[in-house]
Amino acid sequence: MKKTPLYEKHVRLNGKIIDFGGWYLPVEYSGIIPEHEAVRTKAGIFDVSHMGEITVKGEDSEKYLQMVLTNDISLLNNNQIAYTTMCYPNGGVVDDLLVYKYSSVDYLLVVNASNTEKDFTWLKENLFGNTEVLNVSENYAQVALQGPLAQIILQKVTEKDLNEIEFYYFSDNVKIGSIEALVSRTGYTGEDGFEIYFDSTKAEEMWDMLLETGKDSGLMPAGLGSRDTLRFEASLPLYGHELDEDITPLEAGLGFCVKLGKDNFIGKEALVNQKAEGLKRKLVGFEMIDRGIPRSNYEVYAEGRKIGYVTTGSFSPTLKKNIGLALIDSSYAKEGTEIEIIIRNKNLKAEIIKKPFYSKKYKK
Amino acid sequence: MKLLEDLKYAESHEWVRVEGNKAYIGITDYAQDKLGDVVYVEMPEVGTIVEAGDQFVVLESVKAASDVYAPISGTVVEVNDELEDNPALINESAFDAWIVAIDMSLPTEVDSLLSAEEYERIYE
Repeated sequence: MKKTPLYEKHVRLNGKIIDFGGWYLPVEYSGIIPEHEAVRTKAGIFDVSHMGEITVKGEDSEKYLQMVLTNDISLLNNNQIAYTTMCYPNGGVVDDLLVYKYSSVDYLLVVNASNTEKDFTWLKENLFGNTEVLNVSENYAQVALQGPLAQIILQKVTEKDLNEIEFYYFSDNVKIGSIEALVSRTGYTGEDGFEIYFDSTKAEEMWDMLLETGKDSGLMPAGLGSRDTLRFEASLPLYGHELDEDITPLEAGLGFCVKLGKDNFIGKEALVNQKAEGLKRKLVGFEMIDRGIPRSNYEVYAEGRKIGYVTTGSFSPTLKKNIGLALIDSSYAKEGTEIEIIIRNKNLKAEIIKKPFYSKKYKK
Repeated sequence: MKLLEDLKYAESHEWVRVEGNKAYIGITDYAQDKLGDVVYVEMPEVGTIVEAGDQFVVLESVKAASDVYAPISGTVVEVNDELEDNPALINESAFDAWIVAIDMSLPTEVDSLLSAEEYERIYE
């Protein structure tokens, strides 16, 4: 089991520590609902130091990333970020990740913690030209400061004008207090906010400084539980749920980061064919009509037969409704269609609704 | 963690308050803390016959569904409707928020339940 450099802080804050893909991390401190609400209305801070960081450097970096990723990296400006999937030849997903572009010869990939080793191996196996990939995850601590007051809080401890950092852009060498950091306007909550990367030896200093600075604004430490409900309401996918090696990004509704028009990339043929044939499955949002809470892997039925399964389901703290995401037969994907979720051997009624369940308030 | 001396406890973290032949059942303060915010209670129907050890209630927190087991045998005669609209009562006051009342078929089963002191040793 691994610990992030903030483990002791979580314990001292009475965080409920769980095993999250091999990492000791807090699922909640004061409770999932209050932490969720703090992020929606004020601000929350998450330790996301478990995320993996991989650098890609060298003359052929852009050409290489164009081959292994589905999005069009050539369109990125320096200091811009892209969300993308990385696919197998059959179109299944290796991982979803963020690409930070310093320059066309220097990139940082931020990947899911539990996939870091797998991704790194895959990236090495497919390496070509003058390109070097390095797993630098150990060097980085990362915190996510999220919520409508995130900027006001962070601005108090930096001279960098945060208005200069646009949505999905980053700034390097930003001084937060006395700590040098990379700051990006990104997140996984559906709110405005920042992800802050810095030397892992400074983790406790950064954590304390931000918590202290945000105290008067209602900033709360937030755990993995609310991170999950927040991303779920915003319908942001989670690898292992909405995405995996058997689900393509098209089925998951991530066509926006699959650029079928670009030159060859791994998975292109399979994805082009899937699109041409029409999607047999689609990721949909649904709301329970009957009482009950849907959970991952519950079966979905319609007209007496199984049409798919729930990828994520929960009580929504913002909407106060029981909602879910499900991967189902496309012919039932239309809004308003009635489906059934099998909860403890009972067929409970639900209805297809629009996603995202919660619309983003991102600063552009 | 709070405990009440006049209640009986099951190892699976339920409490029992005996009133005549009726047993009111809830979950302990320790259990609600482990569970986190309760957002839904799935009740058995009144009239359901249960045996000690049967799973008969499901509590759903934001994160997961957890089973509650009948600490004693009997027939469900009341369910706490208040929890339907306000399941958070379980978190706010676990020992007031009874979930189900059972008309006991084997009242002697109460004797084999744990005292507050014995229960405390389990989770310490």
